[in-house]
Amino acid sequence: MSVVIFAENSEGKFKKGVFEAATYAYKTANKLGTEAKAIVIGDVNQEDLNKLGNYGISTVLKLNTPSNEFHTQSWSELVSQGFKTMQGSVLIISNTYTGKSIAPRIAIKLGASLATNVIDLPDTTNGFVVKRGSFSGKGFAFVNLSRATKVIALTPNSIDLEEQVTTLTVNSETIGTQAPATQIIGTSKTQGKIPLTEAEIVVSAGRGMKGPENWGMIEELANVLGAATACSKPVSDVGWRPHSEHVGQTGITIKPNLNIAIGISGAIQHLAGVSSSKVIVVINTDPEAPFFKIADYGIVGDAFQVLPKLIAAAKASMSS
Amino acid sequence: MKILVCMSVVPDTTTKITFVENNTKFNTQGVQFIINPYDEVSITKSLELTEKLGGTVSLVHVGLTENDAVIRKGLAIGAHDAFRINAEATDGQFVAEQIAAFAKDKGYDIIFTGRESIDYNGGQVCGLVAELLGLPSVNIITSIEVDGNTATMTRDIDGGSEKLSCSLPMVVSAQKDLCEPRIPNMRGIMSARTKPLTVIEPISVESFGKFQSFESPKPKASVKLIDPEHPEELIQLLRNEAKVI
Repeated sequence: MSVVIFAENSEGKFKKGVFEAATYAYKTANKLGTEAKAIVIGDVNQEDLNKLGNYGISTVLKLNTPSNEFHTQSWSELVSQGFKTMQGSVLIISNTYTGKSIAPRIAIKLGASLATNVIDLPDTTNGFVVKRGSFSGKGFAFVNLSRATKVIALTPNSIDLEEQVTTLTVNSETIGTQAPATQIIGTSKTQGKIPLTEAEIVVSAGRGMKGPENWGMIEELANVLGAATACSKPVSDVGWRPHSEHVGQTGITIKPNLNIAIGISGAIQHLAGVSSSKVIVVINTDPEAPFFKIADYGIVGDAFQVLPKLIAAAKASMSS
Repeated sequence: MKILVCMSVVPDTTTKITFVENNTKFNTQGVQFIINPYDEVSITKSLELTEKLGGTVSLVHVGLTENDAVIRKGLAIGAHDAFRINAEATDGQFVAEQIAAFAKDKGYDIIFTGRESIDYNGGQVCGLVAELLGLPSVNIITSIEVDGNTATMTRDIDGGSEKLSCSLPMVVSAQKDLCEPRIPNMRGIMSARTKPLTVIEPISVESFGKFQSFESPKPKASVKLIDPEHPEELIQLLRNEAKVI
């Protein structure tokens, strides 16, 4: 038996979440006394493929498909077949949009226990217990996965990368699947932007910015720090920013290393979606803003006064 | 058009989450329960589709009798009837098995779920139900139009969105951008009292796992305040103390 990751690629390259999954798989395999392996679908940059060997993966099964187009049903079938070929016992998938789509279907195909939103390594001392985010960041649950086969969807930015160089073997195989039930008509990707769920740094802003015309400063700070931009619900509701940037209980839950929140007071619904950020910075004119209660660093001040100086300081620091 | 909406009942979004019985149970004391926000969106979009194309919208919920009042709110929004599978919803896999067993011979064209429930955040039921029923699934949709036997949708993908089509029947999960949820009006509230809410006994399902315990986030240390005249100090702290930039 082995611990297997599904190494999802984006236009032939792996994102950091894949190496986090590999680290998770290697450590879990060690606990279970077995090997960590990977399934790859479609064409992947050879350099990236080799990198899997730097994170403890010993064997890669590369499944050939006519195109790199993602279809939920056929990819679920491919990963399930690949997992069986590799005699897996635990499957690790990044909790991305792709991962969220296929993990449940794979769990049924494999008769497996499924845990999504997993944020820590399993405790295998008495069963197989995983810690997962619940209540939109307002709580955590420990779940004992009782089936022999387990599918785990790992939240990005939950596991620190740890290099573990192994000798990598790559096998290629073609597995037939049924024709896709869905037909893709078009794809629209936000060029150059970092997806919020994967961002290590997020710069978020709220109604304190007074209007969409003032977001230039937010974007500038984000650019300097290599961050994604986000907003509070009222801001997306009034159309200052797209809904895809709304973080909070009914928006996107984020888990970056650093979240800089500007002009957001911190309603309980917003805090639920951002409280798992490792470090939180709050900039707000109101010293009583609830956000300060969960912040690590704070500036009580006017964003329009503070931001230009902060951007200048960040530029100087990042270039030094 | 025959649509089924899977409806979850969750704590109100303002609820402070605490646990009892040695952190093995969510503390429901004083908590107000509501329709899961993503399911509210699913109900409204289903009604929009049936108002345009004809048909019915049914609700299905896995839960106990105390949730009937919340189910009635779903009927007040406009759903035609509701079914409650009389079991405690222990996890997403249990819920999906119950819903799939209920739906398998009913001929639904579209089964809607929310993208996730805001309590346990599993986001599993769409894919699980689809796989159990052998139907295609499209996760986290932000728009849907139906023409004949084909639905055209937009779904969120990593770093953007995708437009795609799928033949009915299918299972989809709703993102909040799908539509503005409707608020029940007085007429809806009155008519919901007489709409059918049928109770069904659950099927037996072998366990997939068990919630063992819960934990609250650790309290944070006090915020370290920085002089607004010198925000460069913040950059230094983020770089040298927190080591996050």
